[in-house]
Amino acid sequence: MSEQTLFKVTIDNITVEVPAGTTILQAARKIGGEVAPPAMCFYSKLKGSGGKCRTCLVEVAKGSEKDPRPMPKLVASCRTTVMDGMEVKNITSEKVVEARAGVVEFLLLNHPLDCPICDQAGECHLQDLSFEHGKSGTRYEFQRRTFKKHDLGKNIQLHMTRCILCYRCVFTADQLTNKREHGILDRGDHAEIATHIEKSLDNEFIGNVIDVCPVGALTDKTFRFKNRVWFLKPMDAHRDCPTCSGRVTLWNRGDEVFRVTARKDEWGEIEDTPDGQPGWICNTCRFDKKETADWVIEGPREINRHSVIAQGHYSGKIGTTKPNETFTAVNDGRTPQLLMDIHDESEVNQPSIHLSQNKGASHGDTFNNNKA
Amino acid sequence: MGVKLLLEKANVPGIRSFEVYRREGGYRSVEKALKEMNPESIVEEVKKSGLRGRGGAGFPTGMKWSFIAKPEGVPRHLVCNADESEPGTFKDRYLMEFLPHLLLEGLIVSSFALGSSDTYIYIRGEYAWIPDILEEAIEEAKAAGFLGKNILGTGFDCNIHVQRGAGAYICGEETALIESLEGKRGNPRIKPPFPAIQGLWMRPTVVNNVETLAAIVPIINMGGDEYAKIGVGRSTGTKLISACGNINKPGVYEIDMTISVEEFIYSDEYCGGMKGGKQLKACIPGGSSVPILPANLLLKTAKGETRYMNYESLSDGGFATGSMLGSGGFIVLDEDQCIVKNTLTLARFYRHESCGQCSPCREGTGWMEKILYKIEHGKGSISDIDLLWDIQRKIEGNTICPLGDAAAWPVAAAIRHFRDEFEWHVNNPELSQTSNFGLQHYADPIHVPA
Repeated sequence: MSEQTLFKVTIDNITVEVPAGTTILQAARKIGGEVAPPAMCFYSKLKGSGGKCRTCLVEVAKGSEKDPRPMPKLVASCRTTVMDGMEVKNITSEKVVEARAGVVEFLLLNHPLDCPICDQAGECHLQDLSFEHGKSGTRYEFQRRTFKKHDLGKNIQLHMTRCILCYRCVFTADQLTNKREHGILDRGDHAEIATHIEKSLDNEFIGNVIDVCPVGALTDKTFRFKNRVWFLKPMDAHRDCPTCSGRVTLWNRGDEVFRVTARKDEWGEIEDTPDGQPGWICNTCRFDKKETADWVIEGPREINRHSVIAQGHYSGKIGTTKPNETFTAVNDGRTPQLLMDIHDESEVNQPSIHLSQNKGASHGDTFNNNKA
Repeated sequence: MGVKLLLEKANVPGIRSFEVYRREGGYRSVEKALKEMNPESIVEEVKKSGLRGRGGAGFPTGMKWSFIAKPEGVPRHLVCNADESEPGTFKDRYLMEFLPHLLLEGLIVSSFALGSSDTYIYIRGEYAWIPDILEEAIEEAKAAGFLGKNILGTGFDCNIHVQRGAGAYICGEETALIESLEGKRGNPRIKPPFPAIQGLWMRPTVVNNVETLAAIVPIINMGGDEYAKIGVGRSTGTKLISACGNINKPGVYEIDMTISVEEFIYSDEYCGGMKGGKQLKACIPGGSSVPILPANLLLKTAKGETRYMNYESLSDGGFATGSMLGSGGFIVLDEDQCIVKNTLTLARFYRHESCGQCSPCREGTGWMEKILYKIEHGKGSISDIDLLWDIQRKIEGNTICPLGDAAAWPVAAAIRHFRDEFEWHVNNPELSQTSNFGLQHYADPIHVPA
């Protein structure tokens, strides 16, 4: 096949041309925005993933140009390939919106909703999903399923209670590493991710399971409870790593590197390296290189301005835009740079310092040095 | 007396052995198929016969066979689904236990038609003693030249392997069965690709029920057209029904699908009436996952016509007033049975058997069980019934495999037809612990949707 056949597919009345073999979800992501169905289990970099969480269900109103019959059931868009002339309804279909609300409710049924103490909060796909598609209350009145926490090796902790069984980490462990030691035990609503039996995961690339986890079930022990992600400043950085691409995002506060992750795109997936390979990173980069000196900083990472990570600080640097209304108008002509600066009288936070004029991130030392 | 095609010889002493089976006219179809017919003509005969899959879905077998992909140089496989785990269904066990050679005969012919040289029987783990019976039969057939290399000198090689499951209902779903057969966790695959294109070890595969494969034998012996004359409409041939519950004569019966449900329950030839002369309350006509029907809708359809024991008649009226023939697990409930408790038992089963792969089924089945437990134990409220209805609606059709539907349908049907009994449970929490709702349901007018 020298020339790729292009299929025309219409999603929510927007037509896009994609190569044959593309899934509906990938086609919708090409359009972007709200047209792209949410995906909790699908991960384009992992073979065989998808189809499980059922959040990406869409209605196929017209099968294809040749066979215009609609599909009888809602289909998982992440695993259904497009046909020429296919018409898909996502947010324009009442059935889809209702089914998706149902799936969100099911996913949250046994989820502890411990976001206030969860390290994933702020970058959690389930949080986004329930905010966008869920209801404010639950109809579930029974005890939720709980599990003990497990340590998978010295750097990763598994908190099964939060897990939504997307199988992403299982595919990651299967496909990135040689030894298969990580899978699902039991079935139904007491199924759990486990290593047989309580073995540690000590593979060189196993840290990537933290990045693929859509919820806070797999967390980085070097980062647990250290900081909230939205207080950190993401910076693109790289180093000459003998095992991996070495292209990472550093999450800094001041000069301190709180954690290292792979670079993620707007869908929360690992970005490709320039040579087209998924940019998985090794454990050494992730867990051991926690000094700014270890890295060549490229610059601040673009974060979607809707993300809570981009809220309220480092204005204009991380893709945030300043709001139109200013405090100047409402604060007697003062020009505060940040929300924190408005405490003029009490001198909380040293208002004489303009945080956004700092070269690096704001940090305790900035204030101390200034005082002295 | 109805026509008997499968169980005709079941009572011949020693029929389990090759010798007796052969003497009674067994393995004729293998000789006929391998020597006089070719694979295409066998598929053609099966198509003509109108045989529908006996596992539950009722998909035309001939059509399923014609879908199998035939790429050059890639082996194809036939897999016999003997993972009969549907509560109320035990017809395949009967066939395999008493007529193992009938299954083998059907398997050899079907393997020839599909070009499968390695054919598998995936058998339910709980049927612990049956693999021995089958393996013994396979050895006998091999010794007689009906299995192994160069069968009957025709150059066709076929080996049959028996594989035990480990006790999972989900492995009766064909793709989960294939996964399990490959040695993996029995999770259903996401379709497409269908097994006919990429099945066992990514090779084209056909998965058929035990009874379907056994029915191939009479089809080859008598010809597809003759077979199609038995039965009625699109329900051709004979069907094994495993009847159980509050009836006088539980067991496996072969029917030709022309008899009425009333005759099946009350005639002495079949179930022999209700046990202890009690009143019929409800019936699950096709294995636990099909919708339950109250007596008034079971014997007559909503239009007032007699209901017959066949695919079309039992599903007359859709799910609103009908059910399904399913796998033929006929469960009869008398006036003393509690529908809420019955539904709870089924919901518990589906919760236990959900593989946990997709979220609606994993979380929804458990939730339904908990609510039903609450209602059954006198702690429910009226809003719980509505909630239950809403949950089943959100599960149905939104899962990877049919287990989600199978869990949702019994709950939906129980609420649809017996909502008054659920409400009685809620309103009489103490009374419902000691007594039953009984037959008050009959006072209700039957709701017939337009």
